[in-house]
Amino acid sequence: MRRPHDLGGLPGGPVVPSEHDFALWEKRVDALLVLLGEKGLVRVDELRRNIEGLGEGAYERYGYYERWIEAVTATLLERGVLTADEIGRKLAELAAGQATA
Amino acid sequence: MSAARFRPGDPVRVRRSDPPGHIRTPSYIRGKPGVIERLCGRFGNPEELAYNRTGSVLPLYRVRFAQRTVWPDYRGGDGDSIDVEIFEHWLEPA
Repeated sequence: MRRPHDLGGLPGGPVVPSEHDFALWEKRVDALLVLLGEKGLVRVDELRRNIEGLGEGAYERYGYYERWIEAVTATLLERGVLTADEIGRKLAELAAGQATA
Repeated sequence: MSAARFRPGDPVRVRRSDPPGHIRTPSYIRGKPGVIERLCGRFGNPEELAYNRTGSVLPLYRVRFAQRTVWPDYRGGDGDSIDVEIFEHWLEPA
């Protein structure tokens, strides 16, 4: 069962070396993962598993930090740190805040 | 903690296996023969850590493979090699 990350030996096209600035939310995702790791709430191996287990095509479609935050969310749900309901309510609250802002 | 099964210079072969789960042994190296280059140390098994289980602490080896062996159409030099770090349970004597 070859997962999408297991690319060794497959045609990959040219490597395009380019720099880009990180958006604020990307830096926040990075910081969030560091903090969760320090608190023992996420292991890097769990994160990798959840990144590689993203749905069909998602590994290619998502950006780097989009994969990270999806995987962090999945891990926190598995661990029982957050519930889906808590996440859903918070997202709705944030969306409502943006709508009225 | 188990003693290391292999020593530098030992010929080994990567197991040809395709289990489900969180596997760190790359597909392209499975089934290939190589030689133990060094024992890197003992580390938690990522196949277990990925599911938040402590699991076993296993010897991890750096294994050297001839590029010609790994890639049938390799066009580089005969002496070219590639090193891959592989946990002990993926290796068998060759």
